Amino acid sequence: MSYLRTILAGTAAAVIGTAALAQDTKVIGVSIPAATHGWAGGMNFHAQEAIDRLEEVYPDLDFVLATASDAGKQVNDIEDMVATRNISALVVLPFESDPLTPPVQSVADSGVWVTVVDRGLSVPGIEDLYVAGDNAGFGKVSGEYMASQMPDGGKIVVLRGIPTTIDNERVEGFQSAIEGSGIEIVGMEHGNWNRDDSFNVMQDFLSKYDQIDAVWASDDDMAVGVLAAIEAADRQDVKFVLGGAGMKEMVKRVMDGDAMIPADVTYPPSMIATAIELTAVGMTSTAPVSGTFTIGSVLVTKDNAEQFYYPDSPF
Amino acid sequence: MATETANPPRARRSAIPSMSVLGPILALVILIVIGAALNGNFLSAGNINNVLSRSAFIGIIAVGMTFVITAGGLDLSVGSMAAFIAGLMILVMNAALPSLGVGVPIILLGMLVALIAGIVAGMLNGFLITTLGIEAFIVTLGTMGIYRSLVTWLANGGTLSLDFDLRTFYRPVYFDGVLGIAWPIIVFAVVVILGEVLMSKARFGRHCAATGSNEHVAHYSNVNVNRTRMLTYIMLGLLVGVATIMYVPRLGSASASTGVLWELEAIAAVIIGGTVLKGGFGRVWGTVIGVLILSLIDNILNLTDLVSPYLNGAIQGVIIVLAVILQREAKAKG
Repeated sequence: MSYLRTILAGTAAAVIGTAALAQDTKVIGVSIPAATHGWAGGMNFHAQEAIDRLEEVYPDLDFVLATASDAGKQVNDIEDMVATRNISALVVLPFESDPLTPPVQSVADSGVWVTVVDRGLSVPGIEDLYVAGDNAGFGKVSGEYMASQMPDGGKIVVLRGIPTTIDNERVEGFQSAIEGSGIEIVGMEHGNWNRDDSFNVMQDFLSKYDQIDAVWASDDDMAVGVLAAIEAADRQDVKFVLGGAGMKEMVKRVMDGDAMIPADVTYPPSMIATAIELTAVGMTSTAPVSGTFTIGSVLVTKDNAEQFYYPDSPF
Repeated sequence: MATETANPPRARRSAIPSMSVLGPILALVILIVIGAALNGNFLSAGNINNVLSRSAFIGIIAVGMTFVITAGGLDLSVGSMAAFIAGLMILVMNAALPSLGVGVPIILLGMLVALIAGIVAGMLNGFLITTLGIEAFIVTLGTMGIYRSLVTWLANGGTLSLDFDLRTFYRPVYFDGVLGIAWPIIVFAVVVILGEVLMSKARFGRHCAATGSNEHVAHYSNVNVNRTRMLTYIMLGLLVGVATIMYVPRLGSASASTGVLWELEAIAAVIIGGTVLKGGFGRVWGTVIGVLILSLIDNILNLTDLVSPYLNGAIQGVIIVLAVILQREAKAKG
């Protein structure tokens, strides 16, 4: 397989064949899900921005970016990158873990450097570098914040995301963090990381419970729906809403000291930029970058919100 | 007359109302009784207002869908179309803000944009289906993808948000109303009454039924089949525009996840209400009951802890199928 690569590389170099530089140029393929919701939109933005910046910094690196609207398309994208662009490294944020595992494994077997971002593959040890988001930590930080804000305990409702492993890990982390704090989860429903769904769910929670002290919306898009429902019902008992992910509108409200949105917990879509950057370092230097790089979820409060505010990002 | 063949279920109603008429009403009554028994707040004015207001979007669209399906058509693009129109409306209103300022004119401009965009989108579907003679399923599957991509593109993958001051000004259109009844409910009611009159009393309704029942017979009976179909799609597009006008003030935003699966909810509501999926017979008031059944299931499941939230979809599915079986049984016996 490796001399096939050499032949391919040689052919490619001969075809391009104009400058000696071309032989040294390495291509990094980046394959990510398309911008179908807010977080993914932010991730696309940061991927593009990182690529634009790194192409300036490293003249001997070339980048190929492909966005896929489903797992099948992502597999095709990766196959095309290997077949036609002769990539030396692949940065992939798998649409789904299971369907992407075999194709990424065969890419890794052919000697290409593989960086996996956010969602892990189903078989461990395929990737050279894993840039991981910390979903359990996301829940834990959120839960600890809730517990610190409600020292005497209280009644809260929780909105969950689309039923997935990501959502389960977050909720478990949250539940274990509030254990023994006197906080009682009176209601928990799926708002599917969607503004409209969370609006409906919150309206029904408000009808169902006379007393709700706080809401863990667990996502900033859902927090938007929750806030609209509370505002419409004109309920004064809800003291605050905790979202998550770090949407710019919400970080702005934290920065401005909004009492309903006192904090946010990050799950930064910019982790794709970390992954691309580390891969570029690995391709161009001898600095070791293999292993696992976990991006911790950070609590954003009024004091540090400015560092997390990206006014140009779509998310 | 083709119009006569479309009406046999009605002829029998004089004796005992048939199951196809009673079925949906019965299901709705049972749901209301269950809801009231499970939670004391179910029948509170606040909850009823919430449920009816949020039903209004799908409801307004479903009334238009009733005509399209009665005339033998189908439209899968309405959910994406609503998202696209919402995005377009927000963009236009934000763009016009510096010159018009916050006030009634800019809201009227937004509404006008929504209605025109709806009519144009409906005309496009209608043109491809009637003039070019392409299957409605394929045409609207195509436009569904087109509108969904367009809104994602307009929003740059993120969310389009209405300017904050503008949203505060526009907000009462969803949340306020007359005598405690919210505007979306009032608009929904007006659309339903007009739709019911149009379907059961006006010539247009008979033409729709005739077209859906048998295109050729309708044609020989001097019904302009293509024009009737075209009008149903334009009307549906217009109603999608109306629904969007009520939707935008609620959260003041539109994104790629706006209106996902609205088309299927609208179609399900129409069929639960007793309209025949292959066309030829439509019932606007039945559609209203279908819409209410669907939103009440969601509401009741949220208000109680009886079943795992993972199963919400399954329960909805069972009730949809049951409602249709009830009607089929009645037809088979009759």
